[in-house]
Amino acid sequence: MAATKKNSNTKKSNTIKLKFDTSWQYAPAPENKKSATINKQYELFINGQWQKPLSKKYFDTINPANEEKLSKVAWANEVDVDKAVKAARHAYENIWKNMPAKERAKYIFRIARIMQEKARELAIIESLDGGKPIRESRDFDIPTAANHFFYYAGWTDKLAFAFPNRQTSPLGVAGQIIPWNFPLLMAAWKIAPALATGNTVVIKSAESTPLTLLKLAEIIEEAELPPGVVNILSGAGDTGAAIVNHPDVNKIAFTGSTEVGKIIQKAIAGTQKKVTLELGGKAANIIFEDAAIDQAVEGVINGIFFNQGHVCCAGSRLYVQESILKEVVRKLKDRLESLIVGDPLDKNTDIGAINSKAQLDVIHKYIDIGKKEGAEFYQSSCPLPKKGYYCRPSLFTNVAQSNRIAQEEIFGPVLAVLSFRTVDEVIEKANNTPYGLSAGVWTDKGAKIFNMTTKMRAGVIWANTFNKFDPSSPFGGYKESGFGREGGLHGLLPYVNLVNE
Amino acid sequence: MGKTTIQKSKIKIAENGVDKTPPAKRLEVLKTYKIYIGGKFPRTESGRYYIPTNAAGKKLANVCLSSRKDFRNAVVAARAACSGWSGRSAFNRGQILYRMAEMLEGRKAQFIDELVQQDSTKNKAENEVAAAIDRLIYYAGWCDKFQQIYSSVNPVASSHINFSVPEPTGVVSIIAPQNENHSLLSLVSVIAPVIAGGNTCVVLANETKPLCAVTFAEVLNSSDLPGGVVNILTGKPSELTTWFVDHMDVNATIYCEKDSALKKMLRESAAKNLKRITFYDSVNWATDEGQSPYFIMDTQEIKTTWHPIENIKSSGVGY
Repeated sequence: MAATKKNSNTKKSNTIKLKFDTSWQYAPAPENKKSATINKQYELFINGQWQKPLSKKYFDTINPANEEKLSKVAWANEVDVDKAVKAARHAYENIWKNMPAKERAKYIFRIARIMQEKARELAIIESLDGGKPIRESRDFDIPTAANHFFYYAGWTDKLAFAFPNRQTSPLGVAGQIIPWNFPLLMAAWKIAPALATGNTVVIKSAESTPLTLLKLAEIIEEAELPPGVVNILSGAGDTGAAIVNHPDVNKIAFTGSTEVGKIIQKAIAGTQKKVTLELGGKAANIIFEDAAIDQAVEGVINGIFFNQGHVCCAGSRLYVQESILKEVVRKLKDRLESLIVGDPLDKNTDIGAINSKAQLDVIHKYIDIGKKEGAEFYQSSCPLPKKGYYCRPSLFTNVAQSNRIAQEEIFGPVLAVLSFRTVDEVIEKANNTPYGLSAGVWTDKGAKIFNMTTKMRAGVIWANTFNKFDPSSPFGGYKESGFGREGGLHGLLPYVNLVNE
Repeated sequence: MGKTTIQKSKIKIAENGVDKTPPAKRLEVLKTYKIYIGGKFPRTESGRYYIPTNAAGKKLANVCLSSRKDFRNAVVAARAACSGWSGRSAFNRGQILYRMAEMLEGRKAQFIDELVQQDSTKNKAENEVAAAIDRLIYYAGWCDKFQQIYSSVNPVASSHINFSVPEPTGVVSIIAPQNENHSLLSLVSVIAPVIAGGNTCVVLANETKPLCAVTFAEVLNSSDLPGGVVNILTGKPSELTTWFVDHMDVNATIYCEKDSALKKMLRESAAKNLKRITFYDSVNWATDEGQSPYFIMDTQEIKTTWHPIENIKSSGVGY
């Protein structure tokens, strides 16, 4: 046994092992919390005012990095939702839909600008409330969210050019429900195109991450957006259900689990409501033997450990061509060891806190399932903070296509590694899933790239890159990953009726 | 019982033994109306039939009363045809749709005859067949053009090439318009955009006016359209609609009636595997409103592809 192992190692000796066991140590570099203001208590933002919830209920939002309470926020019930929808309807009929498009545009530009001005504060709050590394909230979430508003602001008075031979008309009141993994960014993805196309909005934040949306409400106030055009609610699943079921909502936009997406689709049956669903995924990330391996390994790491793996398009199924399997797995393990897990506010942190206790339990459940299914488990040996919800970056090798860890969305820092021999085989394996949100391919051969990108049944395909996003780039799924697109020209369609003139 | 009468034989035998009765009018050969699955024409596996009649009460034919099993067979055929058909070049698909129009043109008389049997007038029937041919030509032309209209190259801020293109959704189940005088034109209008976009489909024909659907299948069969791309069943929507939207290997469903209870059921059932569901409940297929590339887009998905662009500062600009 040992001899064979040694043999195969010498065989791969042409690849250099990176040395991470140097004396380099990073000193803590925490972002200063004092640059952000968080109120002790937040009300609901309805009709341009901060209104106490008629439910009279509040809930705590905590910092998952240390389990400390950050604030207390209102819990909207049906009556609150009704109030918000009425405000949105009133604003739609009397102000927003009749406002000259170029004026509407300037409000949206204003929101983008103020977000940029307050980017640091927003980044800190996003990391405090959700547990994501400040490096990501600072360099990705917040700037991309602001850019989204800026991008769609420009569409407002150009809609006549968007759909050949058709005019557009707004739908009315859009009810929007967003997840906890990219709170402010998802809010931007939903609010910006809705406003640009002339709709008004009732949006609900996720239960565990309400704070940046409440800061966005302050920005909207500051931008002097007419009252009722955007109404921001906090609450739980019952609040979301009240929005979905409200008879005066014309459009539902939801980002979240496939399970809830299906419930929403059923709930709106028999109504005229339009719907877009951006749901789960189990993306295949495929490395061919002719790929630039070190770059591919970096891409895989980014693909699965970005935002603690709380990403619907995460590259959670890795397919490695058999000839390079050993080398890739070894390099992945080495790289896993070098990832810094810890305080989300530390600028050196690669992997922050798991968003909630509930999500940490889900991840642990899947790790147990994977072990019981017979896959080989490997986890970084890094230390974890004593308090808070953390999970070491993990991977499974020897995974079978039928294993649950290869079929179901884990939504955490857990990678399933599988292997393949031929192109046809990997296409079939990659597409063998009810999901179809994203996929990745790594190869140095152009013709192979385009063969793969056209054959893979997913809405976003990254070739020799992964987890890239841009306001001008449409995002959304095939199959059970949902329908409708967010971002780009195609992201306008879900918010308009096309009129044949 | 009693007495037996022996009748005088009516048979006249000529001296040379040949029947001298004047020849009867030639007996017409009637067509057996079949269904169309995977490029073949079986009768329904269930062995059942129904008899649609026209307004005057005349029996049209013993038409197949297709079963759920027929539908499932048709989905298998449609799925099998999917990668081949979507993998054809768009230009080639356009040629095949054009060929369908050619074949329909050649069999105009038969369709006019069937439409007249199904309560159209000669004049109206001629117009409808002409419009159906023209509609196929219209979509033949779109096959390799709609992608250009609805694609985009996206100017992302990072150093990447990024583009979005439409791709077919997959297998589409279609309940053809039922309360529709134009049984041929409406059928062609719902099938053509779906296959022009590279999807395959299973279609349930108009229940009360099914003749042209079966004859149209014969046109498809002689048009170089690969078997399985279009599968046509006859039968009752009241029996089959549930299965059309229930099947887990169907990606999208098209329904053309106003029945709000059924529409609610369809949207609920579609949630099982998140089928795309489209209602064409108020389209006037007889006019130009009944054709547009937006019908093609109803069974398309948008795929966005990213690739890095090497960004070496010293290489400078290209001009």
